[in-house]
Amino acid sequence: MSAAQPLLQVEDLRTHFFTRRGVVKAVDGVSFSVMPGETLGIVGESGSGKTMTSLSLLRLVPQPGGRIVGGKILFDGVDLLQLSEAEMREYRGSKIAMILQDPMASLNPVYTVGEQVAEPLRQHQHLSGKALWDQVTEALRLLRIPSPRERLQNYPHQMSGGMRQRVVGGIAVSCLPKLIIADEPTTALDATIQAQYLAHLKDLQRQTNVAMIFVSHDFGIVGRMCDRVAVMYAGRIVETASVRDLFNNPQHPYTIGLVNSVPRLDRKVERLSSIEGQPPQLLNLPPGCRFAPRCYAVFDRCRVEEPPDFATSDDHAAACWRVAS
Amino acid sequence: MDVALGRPEVLVDVAERRPARRWDIFLQLNFCIPVIVLTIMVLGAIFAPLIAPYDPLQTSLSARLAPPAFAGGSEAHLLGTDKLGRDVLSRIIYGARVSLSVSLLVILITGTIGTTLGIISGYFGGWLDSLLMRVTDVSLAFPGILIALLLAVTLGPSFTTVVLAISLLGWAAYARLIRGEVLKLRNADFVAQARIIGCSPGRIMLTHIFPNVVNPLLILATLSVGLVILIESALSYLGAGIPPPTPSWGSMVSDGRGLIDTAWWISFFPGLAIGMVVLSGNFLGDWLRDRLDPRLRQI
Repeated sequence: MSAAQPLLQVEDLRTHFFTRRGVVKAVDGVSFSVMPGETLGIVGESGSGKTMTSLSLLRLVPQPGGRIVGGKILFDGVDLLQLSEAEMREYRGSKIAMILQDPMASLNPVYTVGEQVAEPLRQHQHLSGKALWDQVTEALRLLRIPSPRERLQNYPHQMSGGMRQRVVGGIAVSCLPKLIIADEPTTALDATIQAQYLAHLKDLQRQTNVAMIFVSHDFGIVGRMCDRVAVMYAGRIVETASVRDLFNNPQHPYTIGLVNSVPRLDRKVERLSSIEGQPPQLLNLPPGCRFAPRCYAVFDRCRVEEPPDFATSDDHAAACWRVAS
Repeated sequence: MDVALGRPEVLVDVAERRPARRWDIFLQLNFCIPVIVLTIMVLGAIFAPLIAPYDPLQTSLSARLAPPAFAGGSEAHLLGTDKLGRDVLSRIIYGARVSLSVSLLVILITGTIGTTLGIISGYFGGWLDSLLMRVTDVSLAFPGILIALLLAVTLGPSFTTVVLAISLLGWAAYARLIRGEVLKLRNADFVAQARIIGCSPGRIMLTHIFPNVVNPLLILATLSVGLVILIESALSYLGAGIPPPTPSWGSMVSDGRGLIDTAWWISFFPGLAIGMVVLSGNFLGDWLRDRLDPRLRQI
């Protein structure tokens, strides 16, 4: 592991929104890395900055207002933040692909499915004719779309939600990227289709050895899909660990709370435990640890000084003063 | 995993039903009637020299103010003649050339300019949007006839002047409509998806947004056929339109206004032609709107 070069290395990424009421620090000093072929899960509740982190990786922060104000995004040794907009476009869709949440909305209603899968190939590999359509069919086949040749002619509205999400997956893999960012790709699907889709993604990863960043708020899915997990809270990563470690030995009080609030079949509980309080307003953050107001193990230092990451083992780190002591 | 076992039958079914549905539209009156009316008028305009019984400019003092054939006139002039003895029917047929080509040109010009500005304005937003929309506001607020009169006076009345004068302010309505549509589309996930796969802003606007605004664009264009003809008529009526003796429907109505109590047919028939085109445009626009609405299209 130590010999391999990470595919993606994010250092101290900061994405802020400049609004009339002040600066919203949606992503505030996030660092993580992804190895080739690895799946990193990013979990956290709504508004914790998961989606903004993944959009920042593609430099597609919503405009106007949003801006990446600091940090480094090293992809294959290239700092994406130093590239020009035109150079960045070469990365999008060809080397880094993204799957959006809602398959119903992320396909253009006026084009056939085939046209839409073909678009990145035309864009980046300048394919046409038979070579193009072979590649398109191949992409659909990778996502296990039955009879892909016939399906190419379909319009999005002629397909079911699950099938559409597979097409969106097909668009993502069409150029055989090195990294796929999947932003809650299954929230819009029902449970059976969800399971099927995730199996296809896993399968795809085995076939193409693509690295994945899997953004989700569903611990069950993350547990099944990911090798490592980063837990986000209020724009920061509070804990990073391998999946097994995170579930069996969570260190940060927030992670402990999250893990305890997942319903389990093997334990009988009267009530699911929950974390008291609300996540902080990102407009005016309290000094010190962002989780301090909700933390059960809070002590004086937490309220004045923000904790850095403390490593508890080789690939397990948590940003908590309690872990340090 | 193969769940497509039942599919081939479904495909065949759709394929068989499609031709039937394609011909169905000719049974719909609000499609059929305007299309027939407009086709006849366009064909008439194109083949005017073959159809028109007389030269539209040929005067005949012996046959002045002849009433239409059905109102006691002679068979020679079906719709009567004007005060210079020119055949009204021939003038209407030739007038269609001017009136229809003016409206076609104006719609082409205003539609292109308005759509381009609307898409740019809606997509980029910010100060560019504010600037373009203020210009649009000014254009919408300005009295169009006044501008047209001004142009006609300075440039002299001609075909080009009329087209320019109507186009000068006409694009604003398109820009407004398209900008509104683009504002909706700009935040659509499929536009985000286009960005994600690395499309440039130009490509996004042209290939991902534009096809989605074609529907409202077509509807507005068909609805404005009538409007443009009315403005052209108004300009001709005021003497700022197509200069005489070239016949246009508007100028014919204007010619007959002094004689409306004795020779009503001079203004009535060109007026009727204007009315028919306006109505046809509106019907067709209505039909298109229903037809292109995806919720209705599914049925």
